[in-house]
Amino acid sequence: MAGYLIGLMALAALASAFVGIWRARNKRDAAGGAKSHSRPIYHGLNAAIWTGVPAFVFILLWLLFQNSVIDALVIASFPGSDQLSGPQQDLLVSEIRQVASGNIFKEPSPEVLAAVDHLRSLESLATWAMVALVAALVALGAYFGFRAIEHRFRARHSVERSVTWFMMFSSLVAILTTAGIVASLVYEALQFFARVPVTEFLFGLRWEPQIAIRADQVAGQGAFGMIPVLFGTFVISALAMAVAVPTGILSAVYLTEYAGERFRAVVKPLLEILAGIPTIVYGFFAVLTVAPAVRSLGLAIGIDAAPNSALAAGGVMGVMLIPFISSLSDDAFAAVPRAMRDGSYALGATKGETIRKVLLPAALPGIVGGVLLALSRAVGETMIVVMAAGLIAKLTLNPFDSVTTVTVQIVTLLIGDSEFDNPKTLAAFALGLMLFIITLGLNLIALRTVRKYREKY
Amino acid sequence: MALSDGASTGSGGAVAWKSDVMAARGKARYAAGRRLQIYGMIAIAFALGFLAVLVGTLVYTGSNAFRQSMVTIEIDFSSAELDRENLMDSNWRNVFRDAVRDDIGELSRSDERDYFSMFTSSAPFLIRDRIMAEPSLLDGRATFMVPLSDPFDQLAKGLVNTDLPESQRRVSDRQIAFYQALERNGAISRPINWGLFFNSDSRFPELAGLAGAISGSFWLLLVCFLISFPAGIAAAIYLEEFAPKNRVTDLIEININNLAAVPSVVFGLLGLAVFLGWFGLPRSAPLVGGMVLALMTLPTIIIVTRAALTSVPSAIREAALGIGASKHEAIFHHILPLSMPSIMTGTIIGLAQALGETAPLLLIGMNAFITSPPAGVFEASTALPTQIYIWADSPERGFVARTSAAILVLLGFLIVMNGIAIFLRQRFERRW
Repeated sequence: MAGYLIGLMALAALASAFVGIWRARNKRDAAGGAKSHSRPIYHGLNAAIWTGVPAFVFILLWLLFQNSVIDALVIASFPGSDQLSGPQQDLLVSEIRQVASGNIFKEPSPEVLAAVDHLRSLESLATWAMVALVAALVALGAYFGFRAIEHRFRARHSVERSVTWFMMFSSLVAILTTAGIVASLVYEALQFFARVPVTEFLFGLRWEPQIAIRADQVAGQGAFGMIPVLFGTFVISALAMAVAVPTGILSAVYLTEYAGERFRAVVKPLLEILAGIPTIVYGFFAVLTVAPAVRSLGLAIGIDAAPNSALAAGGVMGVMLIPFISSLSDDAFAAVPRAMRDGSYALGATKGETIRKVLLPAALPGIVGGVLLALSRAVGETMIVVMAAGLIAKLTLNPFDSVTTVTVQIVTLLIGDSEFDNPKTLAAFALGLMLFIITLGLNLIALRTVRKYREKY
Repeated sequence: MALSDGASTGSGGAVAWKSDVMAARGKARYAAGRRLQIYGMIAIAFALGFLAVLVGTLVYTGSNAFRQSMVTIEIDFSSAELDRENLMDSNWRNVFRDAVRDDIGELSRSDERDYFSMFTSSAPFLIRDRIMAEPSLLDGRATFMVPLSDPFDQLAKGLVNTDLPESQRRVSDRQIAFYQALERNGAISRPINWGLFFNSDSRFPELAGLAGAISGSFWLLLVCFLISFPAGIAAAIYLEEFAPKNRVTDLIEININNLAAVPSVVFGLLGLAVFLGWFGLPRSAPLVGGMVLALMTLPTIIIVTRAALTSVPSAIREAALGIGASKHEAIFHHILPLSMPSIMTGTIIGLAQALGETAPLLLIGMNAFITSPPAGVFEASTALPTQIYIWADSPERGFVARTSAAILVLLGFLIVMNGIAIFLRQRFERRW
């Protein structure tokens, strides 16, 4: 419905643009060749903006708030709803909505059926009200837009002002996004900390979030200490960095210092492909090929490896990060001035010595920055570990054992139907807040390292 | 000159560069350099070898899924017990079973169960749907291609090790005998598996396809593009050309750079809490997924657009201003069109990243089991990467090949998008 409405509104705006242009031409001709301020196209655009934009903004706002308002009205008219708690009301609303959309699992009670009728009537009322109000707004906007068309009217200024407003709003979206992330994470995490003490979350050594949602479920008692989860994250990230850092730096050294022009032109894009492969592909590959290989490797050397070992997930993640570290190290090497290299050769150093003793130290800040950025990616990487790492939080350093990570827990806690009313789902937001803080911190340190220790040549 | 190992000749004399010791030293120094070179080659070989194994494994396991084993069966509708007034609700199961029974003759009950398990369990509905589309088939005999069920599809593709003891495989000796009888009759064929592209998801691997996932990904990218492209360009133009240098714009710039590094799962939490929780938008809908992906793509587009705008020489702006264009006109009529190829290239690369993004879509519920393609942005759907996730989690053997095939399809889309981006860059991008 809203889609058609927006389409019709766009058509109306287009029509008023043409009418506006035609009207502006008539006015210009009527003025008898006197110089006009704006070309007819701007009068048309101005009319179109007046016609379309207020109605469009109105539709967006209406759609955002329609469901919550209707839910509140339905709940308010439900007999005995004022005795229900917030979560129970949410459950009731979702039951009513399920019945209304035809998914009936058990025979609904007459009150629910009455509420469904109420919901349907409210929804059709809302739809008609929206159509009527949008039509009124379009008509009103078009009226003002056309009325403004005068020979001397500065339509171009008006249009340019609107465009500037749109551009300013667009650049605010970045701030709004960050604000939205922080606000949602902090809000839900505070709800979590109202149920589970902060100290337990930050310093607890047990993580068993699978608590009973319904009374008749068999489940754990629930423990929300994030230390083992965080520990698992760093075990896997460390394994990933152990693969990615030497490989990435050495391949950058080879590509910048040893490889010929043609070899570089072929190999560098091939390496970049590794960065373009979606992470879910790596995850599937880890499960399908790498994890069994690690398991048989473990058996061969006499270690009982878990089927979802940290080594498989970390190793594959490391390969994913190779091009990232390689290209950042590449940039760092390229930034070392030619004179330093020449000076080293002039003193009789071999190529290998020049690379190890001159280039690497000079490029080190850039490389360290790149490694920190890669680490922040490893900590936030989700799909590889969701598919290849374990679910049980363990405090272990054994790479053949299975560990879990922050992102795995976030996804497993929130996958499927989630109600925001128990510590299990809210815990995911607390973990998300930690993840956001850790990655933000790593990024800031990385940028600062690059900026502070970059030697000015 | 502190060469203590006898390389120096007496006190304060010159180094004997030609001596054996110095030659050995030189050799060792160059050998160290060569070792570094070899390490570098090993590192590159490791990365490229991994890539080759990755692609090779996916092609090897996925290629099976591009063909589907089918049985050809013939049904004589003149003798079939059908309610011709109400075809939709006729007992198609019996029609199908009677027709198949004619081919094999009398069987014991347990043999019959084994025999019917060869065909996909929705075979009667496939026949019904074909008849509903073509009622003229009802007048005589008609042949139908019915997919083999998953264990027999594996058998037909030679993926079942018949040397294993019977208890360790999913098909019994008796079932294999039935299958071989069919094969001798020439009823088994392996055409290209168009169902992989035109069917929607199913619990049965032989019927599962990507139609729902592909159209879901299409709607996602459409929403993502419609939001992030105009907003990204507008924000970039404002920051590059109009914004005053003050605290607010500094804050915006820091924000944009930080957003580009925020883990994708955090964007999923944002979508879950704000779009689903606070605004009450529908769960699993491409609209919400597209909005989340748009927020993730926005920094990429802004950064690319700003680079493109600055690369246009200022002479063009000054020429436009000089003949009386307003600032807006100079930008929108001259600078923006000239930088459009670079912006399009960056946008397509950003959209390709968004296409492969999985974690935020999982959190907003786009991993539901949905058996029909979405008709719009408000309907529940899956997307290509989430479909891969669902299939990878399914226990049936047939889904391993389907998952690899789905990944190949996803990689195919990514290659096409990146190819378009490279083409645009080489064909239209101007170097000033």
